[in-house]
Amino acid sequence: MSTKNQTSPNQTSPHRDAKPHRDAKGRPVVAVTGLGIVTSLGQGKEANWEALTAGRSGIHKIERFATEGLRTTIGGTVDFLFDGPFTAPQLSEKLATLAAEEAVGQSGLGQPGDFPGELFMAVPPVEMEWPQKQELAAAIDGDVDYDGLLRAAASQKFTAMHELFLFGAVADHIADAFGTKGSPISLSTACSSGATAIQMGVEAIRRGDTQAALCIGTDGSIHAEALIRFSLLSALSTQNDPPEGAAKPFSKNRDGFVMGEGAGALVLEDYDHALARGATILGIVAGCGERGDGFHRTRSSPDGKPAILAMRDALDDAGLKPDDVDYINAHGTSTPENDKMEAMSCAAVFGERMATLPISSNKSMLGHTLTAAGAVEAVISFMTIANGRIPPTINYTNPDPAIVLDVVPNTARDAKVRTVISNSFGFGGQNTSLVLTAEPARA
Amino acid sequence: MSLRDVVITGIGLASSLGEGADVHAQALGAGTAPNVDATSFAPYPVHPLKPLELDRQIPKKSDQRQMEPWQRIGVYTAGLALDDAGLKDDAEAKSVLQVIVAAGGGERDHAVDGAILTGLRGANAPGSYLNERLMGDLRPTLFLAQLSNLLAGNIAIVHGVTGASRTFMGEEQAGVDAIRTAHARIAAGQAEVMLVGGAYNAERRDMLLLLELGGYLRKGEFAPVFAREAAPGAITGSAGAFLVLEAADRAASRGAKIHAKLTHVGATRSRRQPGTVEAALRGLISGFGPIDSGALAVSAATGAAGITAEEASAIATLPQVKSVATGDLVGHAVEAAFPVSVALAAAAIANGQANEAIVTGAGHWRGEGAARLVKA
Repeated sequence: MSTKNQTSPNQTSPHRDAKPHRDAKGRPVVAVTGLGIVTSLGQGKEANWEALTAGRSGIHKIERFATEGLRTTIGGTVDFLFDGPFTAPQLSEKLATLAAEEAVGQSGLGQPGDFPGELFMAVPPVEMEWPQKQELAAAIDGDVDYDGLLRAAASQKFTAMHELFLFGAVADHIADAFGTKGSPISLSTACSSGATAIQMGVEAIRRGDTQAALCIGTDGSIHAEALIRFSLLSALSTQNDPPEGAAKPFSKNRDGFVMGEGAGALVLEDYDHALARGATILGIVAGCGERGDGFHRTRSSPDGKPAILAMRDALDDAGLKPDDVDYINAHGTSTPENDKMEAMSCAAVFGERMATLPISSNKSMLGHTLTAAGAVEAVISFMTIANGRIPPTINYTNPDPAIVLDVVPNTARDAKVRTVISNSFGFGGQNTSLVLTAEPARA
Repeated sequence: MSLRDVVITGIGLASSLGEGADVHAQALGAGTAPNVDATSFAPYPVHPLKPLELDRQIPKKSDQRQMEPWQRIGVYTAGLALDDAGLKDDAEAKSVLQVIVAAGGGERDHAVDGAILTGLRGANAPGSYLNERLMGDLRPTLFLAQLSNLLAGNIAIVHGVTGASRTFMGEEQAGVDAIRTAHARIAAGQAEVMLVGGAYNAERRDMLLLLELGGYLRKGEFAPVFAREAAPGAITGSAGAFLVLEAADRAASRGAKIHAKLTHVGATRSRRQPGTVEAALRGLISGFGPIDSGALAVSAATGAAGITAEEASAIATLPQVKSVATGDLVGHAVEAAFPVSVALAAAAIANGQANEAIVTGAGHWRGEGAARLVKA
């Protein structure tokens, strides 16, 4: 990365003796000083990295709820955190807490319960779940309707459910636990939410609003209705047997995504602030690009223009060229449409290099962690840079001849990776790309 | 970093009073009585949306069918804001226009939920019964009509706004943070023009249920927001508000009509204890500098017990000539409450009712926000 040391008389820096570091556009450099991750493959960077580079899948038959009558019966659920029943917001909060503890702990920033920065959090949309509605229904007689449920609610015997199912409660609890500053942001940009959380942290640090940000994407929302909704849109793989073979991005026989759960957390910090306190720099969020798509509610523009522009914007934001990119961490959902569109868009951005530029999909092993995916995959991208090893796209035994890519098939590969572009594309025309790089000193 | 001035060049508003900035500014000036429906959702009064001619902003019936009411209100008011700002037909501007939406979501099919809950009572295998009924009874497209970020998605599709969008969730504070973030990005040069707002459909029992679980709804007849001590709580109202925020230089160079300058937006989160809301709001307002003694105060207060009186106390310290509660005009619109209040303040300034306005709002459960607008 071509970080320039420019003088900027209007800026103050924690480095009183040194010139503040500025990026190619004269803005504060945004460093990563902490990373945390939980997925169906396990808790923590070490467990996930070992599994991801071994090409192991976290996708399995769903045991959390009855799957009789469902076309899809598999998922990358995280089943090792609760003994009893739980709701999606409770699991999402637990996943976020564990990922954030790992990230904040690694960063060494602040004190326990006193994180000196803002919170940007991608959380799944929340609504009241069936067990709780049944609990209310049990308090009334006769046929159930919402007037009856309202009468049960008015008894004020179920007040805990209010906080449980508020959109803002998960982030509020995280803000309380970690002592983040300011008004916590709960956001959604569908399947690119995790990347947007990171982008918002970058923007806040560049503005000088905050010198640090805790950016989290979390999703623990695999329950019957959530799965059925995606199933009714024909978005999910129905190749249930074997479960670990269902997610096969870029393969000819790909037939949909597999739902996954997890959380990724990143501590972002003004680079000079991190240097001044002697923090270990894990990498740089060098550029962000985002574009909307007005073509269709679930389908992408056939020409791939929004995805192309998102990648180009991210590279431009980073002051880099396509040739600077060493590896693409794909959105790679394993749906027929996404993978085709993404391959085409990458070809437009990277040209002939796409034949040899490695691109792999973590979702082949994790499934699609939805709201969390952008953050989970950013964490994995930084581990890829740090370890010089690219996790594979597993289940790649039947290549799609229409998509000629180096998907790092089935086996991890050692490679010098300094610059990654990580893609996230979502329903509702949400397209976000992040350019993630090694620390300038190492680049 | 030298910060740039941010101005409001487009206002889109719809509520129980009707649509458009002028209708609302006149109601604010005249103290018009609100439209209240105390029977349809009794014992919970609501302010029902004055029906919109959807075709005027959402020409395709197929698009209208793909949305639930809260999304239609939002897409409609976003269109009004774009029209007002003179951007509706500016394809180039719309291709880079960035959007922040404060959204709830999840409108349920009430009949399906009721039938399934009744059936679950006698089901031998509740899990497979639930699966069977959901697979058969959920409309596939309902999911898209429910997704929080699909209001922004529909704005892109219907109005051709293809700059990026972000959707904030988190009840009232989502509306505060949406406007705060849009303002900050333009002020810092990270964006030139943004479309920001929210929409809320109050005429749905599933949202009444969520609020009533916590005991946050007023029952019985309408009473003014700051006179509900006997039976505190929110009276929700269907409403939407979108604003076009723009860098002042850009607005001037294209000769745009400027309704007001948005000078400050602040947000905080107090750990709710007696007195914390008042202190939080006072703290935010004190960061805005000296307030003009002729200022208008517009409050997005909910009517909830305790915190509403605290907000009143914070407002009482302002040297204002006039104080209005948004809830007394159009009801409480949760995620849209703060955007509606800022839109009202901008409309009042544009109509010459005030030279300056302070907007406040404390969320029913969490979050405090404030904004300052001045005549441009």
